[in-house]
Amino acid sequence: MATQHSRSAARLMMAPAVFLLLVWMLVPLSMTLWFSFRKYLPLRGGDLGWAGFDNYVRFVTSSAFWPSVMTTLLIVGGVLVVTVVLGVLLAILLDQPMWGQGVVRILVIAPFFVMPTVSALVWKNMFMDPVNGLFAHLWKFFGAEPISWLSEASMQSLIMIVSWQWLPFATLILLTAIQSLDSEQLEAAEMDGAPPLARFFHIILPHLSRAITVVILIQTIFLLSIFAEIFVTTQGSFGTKTLTYLIFQRVLESQNVGLGSAGGVYAIILANIVALFLMRIVGKNLDA
Amino acid sequence: MARAVTTQRKAINTTLAWAVGLLIFFPILWTILTSFKTEAQAISDPPVFLFFDWTLENYAVVQERSDYMRFLWNSVIIAGGSTILGTIIAIPAAWSMAFVPSRRTKDILLWMLSTKMLPAVGVLYPIYLLFIKLGWLDSRIGLVIVLMLINLPIIVWMLYTYFREIPGEILEAARMDGASLREEILYVLTPMAVPGIASTILLNIILAWNEAFWTLNLTAAKAAPLTAFIASYSSPEGLFYAKLSAASVMAIAPILIMGWFSQKQLVRGLTFGAVK
Amino acid sequence: MTLKGAFFAASALVSVSASALSAEVLTIATVNNGDMIRMQKLTDDFTAKTGHEVNWVTLEENVLRQRVTTDITTKGGAFDIMTIGMYETPIWAANGWLVPLDDLSADYDADDILPAMRGGLSHDGTLYAAPFYGESSMIMYRTDLFEAAGLEMPEAPTWDFVADAARKITDRENEIYGICLRGKAGWGENMAFLTATANSFGARWFDENWTPQFDSAAWEETLTFYLDLMNDAGPPGASTNGFNENLSLFQQGKCGMWIDATVAASFVTNPDDSTVADKVGFALAPDTGKGKRGNWLWAWALGIPAGTQKEDAAKEFIEWATSKAYIELVAANEGWANVPPGARTSLYQNETYLSEAPFAEMTLKSINSADPLNPTVDPVPYVGVQFVAIPEFAGFATDVGQEFSAALAGQQTAQQALAKAQALVVDAMEAAGY
Repeated sequence: MATQHSRSAARLMMAPAVFLLLVWMLVPLSMTLWFSFRKYLPLRGGDLGWAGFDNYVRFVTSSAFWPSVMTTLLIVGGVLVVTVVLGVLLAILLDQPMWGQGVVRILVIAPFFVMPTVSALVWKNMFMDPVNGLFAHLWKFFGAEPISWLSEASMQSLIMIVSWQWLPFATLILLTAIQSLDSEQLEAAEMDGAPPLARFFHIILPHLSRAITVVILIQTIFLLSIFAEIFVTTQGSFGTKTLTYLIFQRVLESQNVGLGSAGGVYAIILANIVALFLMRIVGKNLDA
Repeated sequence: MARAVTTQRKAINTTLAWAVGLLIFFPILWTILTSFKTEAQAISDPPVFLFFDWTLENYAVVQERSDYMRFLWNSVIIAGGSTILGTIIAIPAAWSMAFVPSRRTKDILLWMLSTKMLPAVGVLYPIYLLFIKLGWLDSRIGLVIVLMLINLPIIVWMLYTYFREIPGEILEAARMDGASLREEILYVLTPMAVPGIASTILLNIILAWNEAFWTLNLTAAKAAPLTAFIASYSSPEGLFYAKLSAASVMAIAPILIMGWFSQKQLVRGLTFGAVK
Repeated sequence: MTLKGAFFAASALVSVSASALSAEVLTIATVNNGDMIRMQKLTDDFTAKTGHEVNWVTLEENVLRQRVTTDITTKGGAFDIMTIGMYETPIWAANGWLVPLDDLSADYDADDILPAMRGGLSHDGTLYAAPFYGESSMIMYRTDLFEAAGLEMPEAPTWDFVADAARKITDRENEIYGICLRGKAGWGENMAFLTATANSFGARWFDENWTPQFDSAAWEETLTFYLDLMNDAGPPGASTNGFNENLSLFQQGKCGMWIDATVAASFVTNPDDSTVADKVGFALAPDTGKGKRGNWLWAWALGIPAGTQKEDAAKEFIEWATSKAYIELVAANEGWANVPPGARTSLYQNETYLSEAPFAEMTLKSINSADPLNPTVDPVPYVGVQFVAIPEFAGFATDVGQEFSAALAGQQTAQQALAKAQALVVDAMEAAGY
């Protein structure tokens, strides 16, 4: 029912946000593209001229490239699986009648407030340290040999740390969704003698699909560029080098901005592939 | 008919939920407890839980080493400033997307979100050079703008979902009564959207508060926020668990307290407005 | 003179002295080591003497490097003084990014700086960064554990003796590990230790034609020796232990020996932090009889980025922080054992220091036995004991360090790690245009 007048007004109102984001995207993007075709070595005199596709070829043929893509996908996928599965279970639990629900909810959302750097530091030192960590004490208490988490089970540890940070988010979205579920429908199913599992798969899960979509979409955006957790814990050792971390190493440790920029372009491509993939699979749910 | 629940079942639920809640909260609780121990107690074997000599010494040491209030103030300005600026820019955009949708609205929204996928490390040099040119290095204004841009897509998206819940008929009615566009937004829409806007602001303050790449790499002394404060404690020197804990508590306490006091709005915010 | 005249004269005087003293505010980036934190606490003394104020940016080592390198290569100007090491100084100086420190006052006595430190922080004979403290590496060992095992540590042990002693002391039941060595990946972490150790085994990073040497027998011997030793006598999770983690373990009495930076000596003998303060002995880093010992040379130094507006004030600060007077200031406040070591010759001629710091003599011997210009048994085209002073080193050495760390964690064999290391370095050197 919008009039021509309100349409142009709407466009005008959208303009600042769109313009700013366009600048924010285009300026760094074009600079990255420019650098990626240059031989740019800050410690060897800066911009040393045209490099053609050298940087792109070198980045993709490096032995670290494909493992880093796999690691990225594994971390994103792992955290998504853990947070969605645990989130659904936790949401169902918190939806049950109980005493002190408000306090429990506070306890559950607290990890979301913790800076990634702080959470990585706390997990690494106070829990996963193989000598003084709490886990080591626990293992010793049960007579087991303590595990050096960050080297022996590096990916699992990392996924656990990141999942801890994002579980509150998943839980809350799913909890809100469950609370909007028509309880009469559930009761009717219960009366009909549908077993709990059937009720879960036929009523609760379909109802949650939109909420799960949102969780996956938002978390993927944040998880693809995860950095602080790796920087603090393993610094990319033991197979935890993600694409983002590899770019960091090329740009800052090897001081090869051209090569790192080419990596940045690959990272953008990967992000877009993941985004397309996501849209295909879950995008329809967003329209609902 | 309300679901009939036996007391016994409620007790089981309660026990289970509290156990899980405490388990999830435990790392934070442990950090808080450790911050009040001496360094020797912090690593004692077996670990001590509550029965130790509580001390404030670690907080004193941390405060002596770094001027906490300066970092805190910078965090407040940067997180608050970027969120408010972002919200001001996002409200009109979200309004027009929600009430005057076009075929491209959804594409624009997804494009906005996709700008968040650009890996920050890859553009550190370009942005750093840009900041030097603009004279924004180590300035709060530079960080406010960068963090605003980083979170703008999320703010627009959240506000859009909230605004969409507002029935269009009310706006129609206001328009019939001769309200101008400005009045429509200011007097009709905004009051109805206040809870949504509040949630959006809260959530984005948290996201900005915890952003640790740009806030660390674009600052030196003047504009450094709490993420830089914690970066000076992130490697141990001898026995350090208690001091690290104290510094960690100091870095997360303000946001934790703010979060708990505004829990209701925040829970809405955490859902990104995507679920009713 | 009238009252009015006196007033004018007085105000003129004030304005003259104010402009002469023009107080500045310096922004200084530094690392979060104990000695630097002590320096921060003493800043008031500097402000009282010169009127300049200081804003400290204290960062963890890796964050600091990332921060100052970005700023210096882009000429960002965010800092007036940067804390840098022996690796960065000559590279940056060659690019003209540092202010030469050749005009420090006579009072400062630049000739008093230890020759090894001076050499490592100079480019073409000019000093570009003043050492705040300097270090080599040496063995720190537990005299009580050695006695109990019936062992006696020679002043200059061989690797065979060290390995044998480590295995004898190890008592896993009681969480006593014979030897703690760096395993955490990083060019300044495990690679500093392993490169220095490789020197003593006759290995080298490159031959005279810049061909990487990880396919040599000497490297295989080095890495195999290290892995075997750590598996038999090292602490659990050694592949994530760096300097700080090992320091913590040693202070808790869990290490029989620790080969690491000489500056750690004052931390492990400080009864406030260390549970084994009175049971620590010192010895030179081991060798294999090939003429080189496995000890390195490093200094944390203060440099001024070229282009800063506050060059004079920055120099005043550097003169203050690296002076003899500063050492005395720390001695008066915290005791002689806690003064920044390894920078000045005069410190090692000070009787009080020598008697209060049991590690002083061994520190000086270690520093003097490191030779950055001839670090290896066979000739090499590069400078640096535990690093290779070329810009690409930090990048590829960290990559190599990750392979060695993974080998220590048991995820690959020494041969696999060395093959990967060779490929990585060949690739990186190609990219750099060698």
